Amino acid sequence: MLKYAVKRVAMGLLSIFIVATLTFFLMNMVPGGPFVAEKSISQEAQAALAAKYGLDKPIMQRYATYMTDFLKGDMGVSLRQRGRTVSGIIFSKFPVSARLAGIAVLIALLLGIPLGCLSAYNRGKLADNTIIVFTTCGIAIPSFISSVLLLYFFGSKLNILPTVGLNSLASYIMPVTALAIYPTAYITRLMRSSLLDVMGQDYIRTAKAKGLANFKIIFKHALRNAVLPVITYVGPMLAGLMTGSFVVEKIFTIPGLGREFVSSIVNRDYTMVMGTTIILATLIITANVIVDILYKVIDPRINLK
Amino acid sequence: MKEKLLEIKDERLSFFTPAGEVKALNGVSFSLEEGEVLGIVGESGSGKSVTAYSIMGLTAFPGKLIGGTIRFNGHQVDQMTEKDFRKMRGNEVSIIFQDPMTSLNPVYTIGNQIEEVIKLHTNKTAAEAHDRARELLELVGINEPEKRLRQYPHELSGGMRQRVMIAIALACEPKLLIADEPTTALDVTIQAQILELMQELREKLGMSIIMITHDLGVVASMCERIAVMYAGHIVEYGTTDEIFYHPSHEYTKGLIKSIPQLNAQEIERLVPIEGQPVDLMNPPAGCPFAPRCDSCMKICLSKMPPETVLSDTHYTRCWLRQKEAMEKGAGTDE
Amino acid sequence: MKKNPISLHIDPDEFAPATSEEKESLVIMRESVSFWKDGFRRLFRNKIAVVSLAVIILIVIFAYFLPAFWPYSYEQQIQGSENLAPFKYSTAEQARIDAGEKVFPHVCGTDKLGRDFAVRLMMGTRISLTVGLVCAALVLLVGSLFGAIAGFAGGWIDNIMMRFTDILYTIPDILLIIILAMVLRDPLKTLATVKGFQWMQTVGPNLIAIFIVFVLLYWVGMARITRSQVLVLKESEYVTAARAMGAGNGRIIRKHLLTNCIGTLIVTTTLQIPSAIFTESYLSFLGLGVAAPMPSLGSLATDAVKGMNTFPHLLLFPAIFISVTILVFNLFGDGLRDAFDPKLKN
Repeated sequence: MLKYAVKRVAMGLLSIFIVATLTFFLMNMVPGGPFVAEKSISQEAQAALAAKYGLDKPIMQRYATYMTDFLKGDMGVSLRQRGRTVSGIIFSKFPVSARLAGIAVLIALLLGIPLGCLSAYNRGKLADNTIIVFTTCGIAIPSFISSVLLLYFFGSKLNILPTVGLNSLASYIMPVTALAIYPTAYITRLMRSSLLDVMGQDYIRTAKAKGLANFKIIFKHALRNAVLPVITYVGPMLAGLMTGSFVVEKIFTIPGLGREFVSSIVNRDYTMVMGTTIILATLIITANVIVDILYKVIDPRINLK
Repeated sequence: MKEKLLEIKDERLSFFTPAGEVKALNGVSFSLEEGEVLGIVGESGSGKSVTAYSIMGLTAFPGKLIGGTIRFNGHQVDQMTEKDFRKMRGNEVSIIFQDPMTSLNPVYTIGNQIEEVIKLHTNKTAAEAHDRARELLELVGINEPEKRLRQYPHELSGGMRQRVMIAIALACEPKLLIADEPTTALDVTIQAQILELMQELREKLGMSIIMITHDLGVVASMCERIAVMYAGHIVEYGTTDEIFYHPSHEYTKGLIKSIPQLNAQEIERLVPIEGQPVDLMNPPAGCPFAPRCDSCMKICLSKMPPETVLSDTHYTRCWLRQKEAMEKGAGTDE
Repeated sequence: MKKNPISLHIDPDEFAPATSEEKESLVIMRESVSFWKDGFRRLFRNKIAVVSLAVIILIVIFAYFLPAFWPYSYEQQIQGSENLAPFKYSTAEQARIDAGEKVFPHVCGTDKLGRDFAVRLMMGTRISLTVGLVCAALVLLVGSLFGAIAGFAGGWIDNIMMRFTDILYTIPDILLIIILAMVLRDPLKTLATVKGFQWMQTVGPNLIAIFIVFVLLYWVGMARITRSQVLVLKESEYVTAARAMGAGNGRIIRKHLLTNCIGTLIVTTTLQIPSAIFTESYLSFLGLGVAAPMPSLGSLATDAVKGMNTFPHLLLFPAIFISVTILVFNLFGDGLRDAFDPKLKN
């Protein structure tokens, strides 16, 4: 068990290192530095800026400098948002994104699991078919489409929800909905098929043969086994939410980390790209490692191996 | 005449699959006295498990009882609702399944799973249920019961798990125990131990047992009566001696010939039964065994043979026997 | 002894032994069906899958054939016809109609540059579909090759190859993909002007960048599936049996492994198509997808976002098309899975 955990953490660290390295070199392959876009700046001034941030040095040297600084906890300063450190920007933006994603995760789990059970329990009946239709559509609609459609109908047409920022409780509704649709639909489907699968197992037949009532069979015997696949989905779900946050934060003009990541790429803000990529990757990888270890704790069978 | 524990008359049951109606049982009748052990023998798909499950209302969707009556312990089972069944299952009638590896819930302890059924059907407190569970484990021959109660199924061996399944089945002292191929998934030595245990428990507790198996050796050692099933029919029914010493249906004969015998006088060949079982989606009009039968007659192909009574306890459904009976009957016609 | 009443009506001839022909005539064996026949039968019995397939065919016709017969082209800017609602005509076109001329209606209206939106939708669908199909094919090629090699080689080769994918698997790829999509754009454009690489111009360097990105994004999953299939089959008894009977590697691969893997591979590949379309529309939205003037459904929707309050149809049409395309491919893939590879069902 401990051995597995250590191995898993080591692999996670390696993954983070690989992400950092790849990002660094990829970013530097892009022709045109961070200051090219600013036409107002002369050639000489650009060269001066590049020198100031050390961009004129050979790439390997820059890589080494960045990595050692990073290990010391220094992610440098933003190249485009003058005077702000990367870590400062990340710390101010991260809570916004985390709150959005957190609410979306809660909704996905609290809605998806019961809906999946409901669907499985009423297999083939109207409730099941309705849920299947909605979830099938839910996983077919990209989050930017749902965001934009929400924005159009509730923001512009009906004008009942705020469309920009996160200043009131109501302003959370649309971005959270847009983020939560896919994972909710996915968990519902996962839960449904997993519960149906479990309901076909021999031990459910045993429970039935004992004379247990249906709800007791589902809640005691089936649910705990059926929920295991949902736990493994938590990692991919977080990655998906991160992906979704890039567009949702852009559409609803939310000052979060996702929007920061995208704009830093478009702006070639090297240090910001590095900082946000490493932080986001670390979050996802950490979540995956935790889920993997947790899974082994929850399912008594796996300990054996 | 005292009421029989179980009486099934002309039971018909079909599975309504998307591909069509699969006629699993085509008029099955038999009865069981209290304390009696009946073996139901037949190959896969012959309807032996379905018959037993229907007594407990466990026939899986899309199976449906479409005719006949089942009386068990004073209940009209064919009229029962799911709620009635729940009171009966695990209490008056219990079942042990084939595969002990998958029949216990992996995420609960053994104790939890035994106590559950006790608490469900009796008014025992948690502590009493726990005591009863320990007692049951001792009864089924599991050592260190206190420790086992806290263990998870994956920590136990197959034979041990089957003992736990038996403990669960016996928890509420049922009148009837259905054993659905209880030893098929186990090693041979463990098989013998489990059979011995069942024999012992039956003597101790005096319940009736229906033993479902395709292993004639198992029924020979345990059962008083045997029903041989083929394609949803009981093709022969009789006491163990009658079935083994005077098999009357060609299928039964075939089955017996295919058992290896240790004390064989000379080197005998095992005789397999050639051919495939019939398609239950379109069962033939005549005897379902006819296409595989060496002594098949023209009539066998077109008409289902009637029950030919051979003794008070022995009957078969075979035209050969019916023909003999009619020839005999013709001489002494009333 | 009770006498059976029916015995009275039996003709003694009936008790004559039956011939084996008579016996055989009774055995109504279900015809033994091949894997493919059985699978297709199940597929075509599945109404949802059949309807999805029909819609897919319609979408393909819409995307690949209809533009050839359409009186407008996707780049053609019609002066004076900017921002028309569906089935509306500009004053100039109205005048031509009044003069008795026939003017083909703008079924889906026009965009702000006066381009017929219906034909742009068709081209957008064509690009999106092409991205989906080509990516799925490339992923199949790369992933299954890698997986099969690892599975077959076994030992340390397999070990190294799979460690590699394990690590790739844990990386949140979308981050790198977005960066890569950015990085690849200009170098490919430059490369396309170099001699020998001019063929890239016809496909569009942009599209090629998307292909590369997607293969990098998705191949790991396919490699893992193929490897696990190969491993399972390699250990299976019938392959051992074939080997014992002297079948060579080539025969085993062709006869056993391929026929048994192929269901899984087809299903996985089909389900790859919608996810590629999904991701392309996503990248388009971030400004990293297929570039103008070539439209993809994603870029059409993205372009319409700014003006959506005034011209909602420009947004709604591509939005619906993306969703429906992904939906029908998902449903058809599910149908294929149920028909050919039930064990894959999670």
